[in-house]
Amino acid sequence: MSEALQELGTHIELKRPDCVLDWAIERGELNVTVAPANIAGLVEFLKTDPNCRFSSLVDITAVDYPERIKRFDVIYHFLSMYRNQRIRLRLHVREEDMVPSIVDVHASANWFEREVYDMFGLLFSGHPDLRRILTDYGFRGHPLRKDFPTTGYTEVRYDEVEKRVVYEPVSLIQEYRQFDFMSPWEGAKYVLPGDEKTEEAK
Amino acid sequence: MMDGSKFDDGAIDALSGEQKIRNFNINFGPQHPAAHGVLRLVIELDGEIVERCDPHIGLLHRGTEKLMESRTYLQNLPYFDRLDYVAPMNQEHAWCLAIEKLCEIEVPRRASLIRVLYSEIGRVLSHLLNVTTQALDVGALTPPLWGFEQREQLMIFYERACGARLHAAYFRPGGVHQDLPDDLLDDIDLWALEFPNFMADMHGLLTENRIFKQRNADIGVVTEEDILNYGFSGVMVRGSGLAWDLRRAQPYECYDEFEFQVPVGKNGDCYDRYLCRMEEMTQSVSIIRQAIVKLREATGDVMARGKLSPPKRGDMKTSMEALIHHFKLYTEGFHVPAGEVYCAVEAPKGEFGVYLVADGSNKPYRAKIRAPGFLHLQAMDHIAVGHQLADVAAIIGTLDVVFGEIDR
Repeated sequence: MSEALQELGTHIELKRPDCVLDWAIERGELNVTVAPANIAGLVEFLKTDPNCRFSSLVDITAVDYPERIKRFDVIYHFLSMYRNQRIRLRLHVREEDMVPSIVDVHASANWFEREVYDMFGLLFSGHPDLRRILTDYGFRGHPLRKDFPTTGYTEVRYDEVEKRVVYEPVSLIQEYRQFDFMSPWEGAKYVLPGDEKTEEAK
Repeated sequence: MMDGSKFDDGAIDALSGEQKIRNFNINFGPQHPAAHGVLRLVIELDGEIVERCDPHIGLLHRGTEKLMESRTYLQNLPYFDRLDYVAPMNQEHAWCLAIEKLCEIEVPRRASLIRVLYSEIGRVLSHLLNVTTQALDVGALTPPLWGFEQREQLMIFYERACGARLHAAYFRPGGVHQDLPDDLLDDIDLWALEFPNFMADMHGLLTENRIFKQRNADIGVVTEEDILNYGFSGVMVRGSGLAWDLRRAQPYECYDEFEFQVPVGKNGDCYDRYLCRMEEMTQSVSIIRQAIVKLREATGDVMARGKLSPPKRGDMKTSMEALIHHFKLYTEGFHVPAGEVYCAVEAPKGEFGVYLVADGSNKPYRAKIRAPGFLHLQAMDHIAVGHQLADVAAIIGTLDVVFGEIDR
């Protein structure tokens, strides 16, 4: 399996050197880092090339790393039913970058790109209908960004007086508690109450 | 009317003498019994023919992926029961496989067999619900009544294994939570022996039924090109003649040592998909019986003992280390090595996958759930256009959508 992937990775890099920035095999999976501008061309190549035939789009998603300059990783998974192989493509993009849409190559990318837009706020250029998909009509913000609070900003309820559903700012009866349970011996980033005195004592 | 214009009573325009004809927009769902959950379809109709069909999803969106980022790996497991709530354990399976792959853990053989056994029970559960309620959508009331009787028995097997009928939380990273008692295996075996009789009844009820065939044959035809363009998986692929099954193509767990056939359809219409599901149930029952035979020989532990799994109850009474380990496991949880992995299983509805990004801590940095129904429903516009309004219900039924997994 691993040799076949090795071969495949070399083949893709050889044929499309302008697209592939880097590739590696980790845990039996082929990872290719791609230049964002060339993603549509590479996906088309992967779909049609007889040695690849990655004809099914499995998934598109993103991962948020707020501390990086290129904040988001956009991840594509493809599957070849003919050659029984999988591949993962990765783009590094900034928050304000437009990602080229691959809807023209894979019709199934439509909802996935809408979902990434909805959840992360990344825009896809050339997408026919970039609306929100999972969140409420009129929702604001992009929930899967790391700086979006898990509780959200608004809550809804049915108002008996106004006879309609009303939106209100979130009010928590009890503060939202988040324990990390990390042991102070391994990697907890806070100082335990009382421990700040040990420095003074010295 | 619904598009804001006046009601068209078929009046003749006085000047031109022509009847005014225009398209209708109708709103299907979200509270419609044939929507199989909370699906809202905005359909544009020309007479009774569908011209455009725009699914609005997200009415059951619970933010599972966001919630998972602030919980430990073990706390996240029960969320998977709530995705495709028709076959809960199959989802848990993908999550466990992803964690096990990152932690490089070998699952004991008995646990592996139990997982196969319960995955197949889940498949029968899901297909039973789908086949019978799809028949309900096209006008047959009896099949769901008969099918739910069988589902009830299967859910009792769930309950006897883990204590819950639906939200099982039974598959755990490293194995399964508890061992199965011997008499449960006997009872499942007994059920598997009698199930073919039920299948024969169901075939007699539906397969050659004139109305059922008229409503399903040649409706919602899916070609090989559609499969690739819209990323279908599972029965949606096999109904069109492609023998693609992850259990066979990319075997996980110990599926490679089981004998089963992969049924395929010929025409790719709703009727062929129905036949595929029926045959898959028969194949699943055969796998269940094989698994029981193997389980009787494979006695041993059902959990890979180590950092991921709790200590035995008896050890906790005598060993301080075991007690500490138990406490740490259920508060802090276990740490998963940094890395990323995509693990997929052949869930009853198609390829269910988990893309997990771990950063070395006790919580996933990002977990993406890839639900098969999401892609199937996306193709609704493509499949339904040109069909009559009544066929929309038949097509939704055969796409096998469950909103727990689509909306997440």
